[in-house]
Amino acid sequence: MEDNLLLDAIERYRNGEMTGEEKTFFEELRKNNAAIDQVVAEHNFFLTELEKMSELTSFKQSLNEVESKLINEGVISHKGLKGKAKISFLWSRYRRTIAVAASIAGLVSIATATIVSTYSEKKNVAAITPLVDNKLHQMEHKINQIENKINVASAAASRVAVKPKFEANFRATGFLADGNGYIITNAHVVKDARNLIVENKKGEQFSANAVYVNKNTDLAILKITDTSFQKLTDLPYTFTKSPTELGEHIFTLGYPREEIVYGEGYLSAKSGYFGDTTSYQVSISVNPGNSGGPVVNKNGEVIGIISGKETNADGVVFAIKSKNIYDALKDVIKKDSIKLPVKNTLKGLDRVQQIKWLEDYVYMIKGN
Amino acid sequence: MNIYEQEKQLLEAFVSNDRIAIERIYRENFPSIQAFIIKNNGYADDAKDIFQEAMIILFQKAKLDSFVLTCQIKTYLYSVCRRLWLKKLQRENRYNHVTDLFKETIAVEDEIEAHEKQNAEMNLMEKALSKIGEPCKGILEAFYIHKKTMPEIAEAFEYTNADNAKTQKYKCLIRLKKIFFSQYKNGE
Repeated sequence: MEDNLLLDAIERYRNGEMTGEEKTFFEELRKNNAAIDQVVAEHNFFLTELEKMSELTSFKQSLNEVESKLINEGVISHKGLKGKAKISFLWSRYRRTIAVAASIAGLVSIATATIVSTYSEKKNVAAITPLVDNKLHQMEHKINQIENKINVASAAASRVAVKPKFEANFRATGFLADGNGYIITNAHVVKDARNLIVENKKGEQFSANAVYVNKNTDLAILKITDTSFQKLTDLPYTFTKSPTELGEHIFTLGYPREEIVYGEGYLSAKSGYFGDTTSYQVSISVNPGNSGGPVVNKNGEVIGIISGKETNADGVVFAIKSKNIYDALKDVIKKDSIKLPVKNTLKGLDRVQQIKWLEDYVYMIKGN
Repeated sequence: MNIYEQEKQLLEAFVSNDRIAIERIYRENFPSIQAFIIKNNGYADDAKDIFQEAMIILFQKAKLDSFVLTCQIKTYLYSVCRRLWLKKLQRENRYNHVTDLFKETIAVEDEIEAHEKQNAEMNLMEKALSKIGEPCKGILEAFYIHKKTMPEIAEAFEYTNADNAKTQKYKCLIRLKKIFFSQYKNGE
C-alpha cells in the first residue's frame, strides 16, 4: 500500500494538487531518500510517456475529424482524384507506358484485322460451340481418347500404317528407367498381355514390348517400340540401393484413374508379404492401377515399385525394393545399351516441384 | 501584428489541440502538398498519409519547450512532406527527379529522425497498454488519457465505490509500468 501512496503523491505533485505544506514535505523526502527519488524519477518518466501518447492520441483524433470534415466539403478528394487533376496526374505517371501501349495497340489492331478477315468463315464453328459444351463433360473422356489418337497419328504421320483399334482391358503404372524408352513395371501387369500401350501425362500413346519379365521378383521391363517416341535426356531421379529406414516419408504417382494421381505415406516394414525381404511394406493409399508406380523418398530417389496390397487389411501395401531393379536391368543391359540415371535433380526441391518433374516420366500402361 | 506573430499564435492554438487551428492549417496547406505529391508520382491517398504524418511531426515538435518557429508554417510543412515523400520513394526504389513547387525549403532531417524515434517510444507505450488487457486498459485510459475522475470511473466500470476503483487502477498501473519498462530495457 505504501507504494500506492507514493505513486499517488507523485501524481498529485505533478498535477499541482498538493498544499504548500505537503509539497515541502514531499520535496524534503525526495532529497533525503535516494530510493524514493529513484522511484519518483522513474514514475515521472513513465507519466511523461503516457501523457505524450495521450496527447498524440487526442491530436490524431482531431486530425481525423478535421480530415473527414474536409473530405465532406470536397477540399480533400475522397477516392483517388477526380476530373482534370486525375487525367493530368495519370498522364504524367504513365506517359511512357501510354506511348508504348499506343504503338502496340496499332500493331494489334492491324494484326486483328488481318486475322478477322482471314478467318471470318470460321465464325459458324464458334457460334455452335456453346451448345456442345454441356455434352462435352460426358464426352470428355472419349474426346480425349480421340485426341490422343489424332496426336499419335499426326506424330506418326510419316508412317503409312494406321494403328489398329485398341481396346484395353487393364490399366497399370510404369516409369522410365532410361530415356530411350525402357519402362519399369510389374510382371503381373504384363504377363498375360498380347498388346501393350503406354501413355504419358500429355496423353501421347506409344506401343511397347516386354523385353524382360521375371515372375519371381514381379518385375518387368518394357521397351517403347514406336518411332514417334522422342528420346528423353537425363532422368531427374535415381534408383537407390541403400536400404530405407522405417518411418521415412515416401510418395507415389500412378494411374488408378485416367488421370495421374499422387499419394503419400511412410515406410512401415522392411520386409514384404510373409517376410519377403525383396519388398518393403509401405503405408500409402493405392488402388488398382497403381501397380508398377514408383515409390520415391523425400530426396527424389526411387526406393521401390508398388506391387500389390494385402486384400484383407487396410493400408498394407507392398513395394519391390529398388535393388531388384538393378538386377533386372543388368540382364537387359547385356542385350541393350541402357544407361541408368546417375544424377538426381529432385533433391532439395519441394514436393510440388518434385512431382512436376517426375510426372513426365510416369506412364500409364494399358493392354489386352 | 506581423505575420510571424500571427503564425505563432496559430501554432500555439494548434499545439493545444484546438480544432479551429488544426482545420485552418489543414485547409491552407493540404492542397499544395497534394499537388506536390501527385506531380511526383504519388496518389491522393499518399498525399493524405504524408500530410497527416507531417502534421504530427509539427505537433510534437511545437510541443517542445525549446521550439522556436524559424519559418512559416507553410514552409515547414512543405519541407517535411517533401522529405517524407522522397524517403518513401527511395524506399520503394521509385526515386527519380523531384519537381518542386516552392523554392524555399528548410532542413528537416533531424526532425524526422527525432519523430521516428519518438514514434518507436510511443509504440512501446501502446504495445504495453494493449498487453495488459481489460479492464485495466480501459481504466488506465479513462484516467490518464480521457482525464476522468475516480468516481466517474467507478461508475463506468461498475465498482461499488471510488476507492475500490482506485485500488484496481493502482494494480493496473503497476502492471503497465512493469510491461513498459521491461520492453524499454529490452530495447524493443
